[in-house]
Amino acid sequence: MVLATETTQFHVLAVDDSNIDRKLIERLLKTSSYQDDQERSSNSASVSSDDDQNHQEVEVNLIITDYCMPGMTGYDLLKKIKGSSSFKDIPVVIMSSENIPSRINRCLEDGAEEFFLKPVQLSDVNKLKPHLMRGRSKEIQPNMNKRKGMEEISSPDRTRTRYNELEVV
Amino acid sequence: MDVVQLQRQLVDYKASLYNEAILDEQFTQLQELQDENNPDFVVEVVSLFFEDSERLLNELTKALEQQNIDFKRVDAHVHQLKGSSSSIGAQRVQKVCIAFRNCCEEQNVQGCLICLQQVKNEYSLVKTKLETMFKLEQQILAAGGSIPV
Repeated sequence: MVLATETTQFHVLAVDDSNIDRKLIERLLKTSSYQDDQERSSNSASVSSDDDQNHQEVEVNLIITDYCMPGMTGYDLLKKIKGSSSFKDIPVVIMSSENIPSRINRCLEDGAEEFFLKPVQLSDVNKLKPHLMRGRSKEIQPNMNKRKGMEEISSPDRTRTRYNELEVV
Repeated sequence: MDVVQLQRQLVDYKASLYNEAILDEQFTQLQELQDENNPDFVVEVVSLFFEDSERLLNELTKALEQQNIDFKRVDAHVHQLKGSSSSIGAQRVQKVCIAFRNCCEEQNVQGCLICLQQVKNEYSLVKTKLETMFKLEQQILAAGGSIPV
C-alpha cells in the first residue's frame, strides 16, 4: 500500500502516502540535483516494478521514505531493505513530521543514513549527495550530520566526472 | 488598475497573510522552489492540498457522527491534515490540528467537535486567501507584469 514517485537522474525512490509530500520531495530533489556536478553512484540495485513478464528494471540509488504510513512504517521498510541481499546497500533516508528522539535514534542505529523532520527543506536534500556518491571513494565516510546538531565530518575531495546526460524521470 | 498598483496590492496582501499567521515560512519555501521551468508548482501543490483537505474534512465529519467514535481513525485523518497543512505552510490549520489530536488522545468528543469546526473555519479562510492571491497573480501576469518576489 505504499505509493512512490521516481525522480532525478539519480533514481531516488520516494515513498510517502501523501501526494503533497511526494510532489514536494520530487521538486526538492530536482532542484537540488541541478546545483552542481553530479555523478551516478556505482552502488545501485535493480528494482522490478512489475510482477508480470514485462517488468522494467530500474536502478535505485537512494530510497527516501515517510515514517508513518498505513500498513507499514518507514522503519519496517528500512528493516526489509537492509535484510535483503539485493537491496541492503541502497542508502535509506527516513522522514517524519514527529520529532521523537527514540524513533530517530532507532532508525539511524538500524541503518538509515539520515532522518529528516518534515517539512523537508532544500538544505536537508542537499545532504543526500554524499550518500548518492557512495561506493566511489576507497574509504567510506559515514555521514554523521543528523538533524539534531551533531558535528559534520567532511568527506574527502573526490574527482568528479561531468555527468553527460541529465536524465530526469 | 495598472500593473504597479496590482503588484503593490499583491505584496501587501501576501504580507498580511504572514502577519496574521495564516501562512508561514514554509509557504515561502514553496515559492522559492518555483521557477520558469516549473511556473505552476505552487498552484499545483496548493490544489492538491485543497483536494486532500476537503476529503479529510468529509471523513472527519462522518467519523465524528458515529455512535461509537473510532478515535484512532479520527486521529489518523487529523494527522494527515496536520502533515499536509504543515507542508504548504498553512500555519493556523496546522495549529488547530495539534489541538485536535490532543482531543483524540483524551477521547474528548466535545473537544473534537469544536476542533472540527475550528479546522473547517481555518481551512476555509486559507483557501479563500490563497485563491484571492492566485487571482491577483493572474491579473498581474495578464497585464504583462511579473510577480514581485
